[in-house]
Amino acid sequence: MTGHPRLELVCPAGTPAALRTAIIAGADTIYCGFRDETNARNFPGLNFSRAEMEESIAFAHARETKVFVAINTFPRAGQEQLWRRAIDDAVSFGADALILADLGLLAYTSNRHPQIRRHLSVQAAAANADAIDFYTRNFGIRRVVLPRVLSIEEINAINREINCETEAFVFGSLCVMAEGRCSLSSYATGTSPNLGGVCSPGSHVAYRENGHELDSILGDFTIHRVSRDLPAPYPTICKGYFTTEGLWGHIFEDPAGLDASALIPQLAMAGVTALKIEGRQRSRAYVGAAVRNLRRVIDNYAAGLPVNESALNHLSEGQSTTQGAYRKMWR
Amino acid sequence: MLRNDASEMKTPAPNPRISLTMGPLLFNWSTERRCDFYARLADEAPIDTVHVGEVVCSKRLPFYLDSIAETVDRLQRGGKTVVLSTLALITLPRERQYTVDIIHNGEYEVEVNDIAALAHLAKEQAFRVGPYVNVYSGGTFRVLAGLGASSVCLPPELPIDTVEALATLARSLSVGCEVWSFGRVPLAVSGRCYHARVHKLTKDACQFVCSRDSDGLDVDTVDGRGFLAINGVQAMSNTYCNTVGDADRLRIAGVTALRLSPHSCDMIAVSKTFRDLLDGKLDSEEALRRTGEICGEVSFSNGFLFGGSGSEMVRRPQVR
Repeated sequence: MTGHPRLELVCPAGTPAALRTAIIAGADTIYCGFRDETNARNFPGLNFSRAEMEESIAFAHARETKVFVAINTFPRAGQEQLWRRAIDDAVSFGADALILADLGLLAYTSNRHPQIRRHLSVQAAAANADAIDFYTRNFGIRRVVLPRVLSIEEINAINREINCETEAFVFGSLCVMAEGRCSLSSYATGTSPNLGGVCSPGSHVAYRENGHELDSILGDFTIHRVSRDLPAPYPTICKGYFTTEGLWGHIFEDPAGLDASALIPQLAMAGVTALKIEGRQRSRAYVGAAVRNLRRVIDNYAAGLPVNESALNHLSEGQSTTQGAYRKMWR
Repeated sequence: MLRNDASEMKTPAPNPRISLTMGPLLFNWSTERRCDFYARLADEAPIDTVHVGEVVCSKRLPFYLDSIAETVDRLQRGGKTVVLSTLALITLPRERQYTVDIIHNGEYEVEVNDIAALAHLAKEQAFRVGPYVNVYSGGTFRVLAGLGASSVCLPPELPIDTVEALATLARSLSVGCEVWSFGRVPLAVSGRCYHARVHKLTKDACQFVCSRDSDGLDVDTVDGRGFLAINGVQAMSNTYCNTVGDADRLRIAGVTALRLSPHSCDMIAVSKTFRDLLDGKLDSEEALRRTGEICGEVSFSNGFLFGGSGSEMVRRPQVR
């Protein structure tokens, strides 16, 4: 029994070593970024120098793996040269596609490098067919990375209307808010994820003992408080523990990771071309395991075999997973 | 394909008078209260432009959709320029249709808050760009100007030097440049409704619990400090942005309009304070004191423009 489409597996690489690991583990495509503010995972010690990018693209191509370069933050007024140089360099190194979010950079790329494949980053939060249509018509977008606010039904409806491919997140951390449209971290720290590529930057994080409790702090605000014998959660605001009208809890979202691996058949039937693993900030071991497991699920599905639903449980943050918006239990 | 340098540079005009805009009402007020609010604005507020329409949640619309025409008429008779705002996050078919209906209204300028709305613009239809569209750089500003944007309300998180760079460009392109100046700052939008979640309801059966909170629902840290506020699918700042003390700096930066966002405090008094300050009838200290008096138990912030974080209130020298 065969005949199911074989979805493209798009895998994160925060370092050249992670890129090699992901390729060996079975990635069809790697996405990565330069070591600066031009990408949305601008963490210290992460990402690729120019030389590393050039070598890594060559390494990937020699193994028939594609490389997408994420240049998906929003340039600061007056400093657009940094972003434009990143685009020019990625093109000259032979990137297979650029993942872009900013209107100005999309215009620049489609004028300067019309031949390069342009993908719309999730940071552009194109959550409906009209927005996607605008980007395909004006900037020749070939693929859109879908925001994590959409259900399978909505993805299905979108795919019936648009003229480009879609890529959906299948595993990793979950952005609760519309991506690229969130200033929560900026409000607490002054550092904008949209501009600098870091949400809840480590430089603004502190852990403080408070009697029998331990506080996770971002900027001046306590984002979590747990008993001292428990591991302190990282202070990401949308997953924080707050109080309102006498109610205490995760006001925005429970801190669960996304695992939509069991929904791969539905995503394929909804017309999705590629599945994306979040986690350029993750370790090589994590990336390798996630890629290997998802490779197996995708290949099983393509071969008409059953999809193993619990293959990735042990990898998820906090051991707790959700299928996110794909199944809107809260709707 | 769009060109990045679509618009020609024009000779900058001298600094124009800064106008005042009343942004769209973001909270779920009753229709009666809404109509009263806009009637008072029409009659009493020194506001130049008023935005009408739903930005946050399409489920609220059926309650007051029929009153919009009368509101618009009333505002126009009061001498206000009326702009119809569109939703900040569009996913459902009815939300797409609502957006199309607004864009094709044929009479009033529209404000685009989701890129999706751009897809429906008629050729050469003028439009405004709302604060929910990511305009951080000149390249993006030029693309939007090239598409016909007449005015851009910048994202509230932009620092003053970026505001100045974009306002300077805006002037050379003869496009308005507006800055978020009063009210809780919209920080994020989600597919999920937080009001419903807090009340243990689903979004589809939300019972419109957001209507209980005229200015949003406060979210505090576990140590009791005001931090955020929720307004349906929207997360906002707990503080009210207030730039009344910074108007001179914004004028120097080349900003053409200040946006006030409606809250339950006396917005007529707030707008009069801003107008008097801009007209030189009040100094910034007095203007700040008055807004404090009008708003009562509220913390102000201007940190996105001037501070280390958005939540801060920075008192700074007025003119460089």
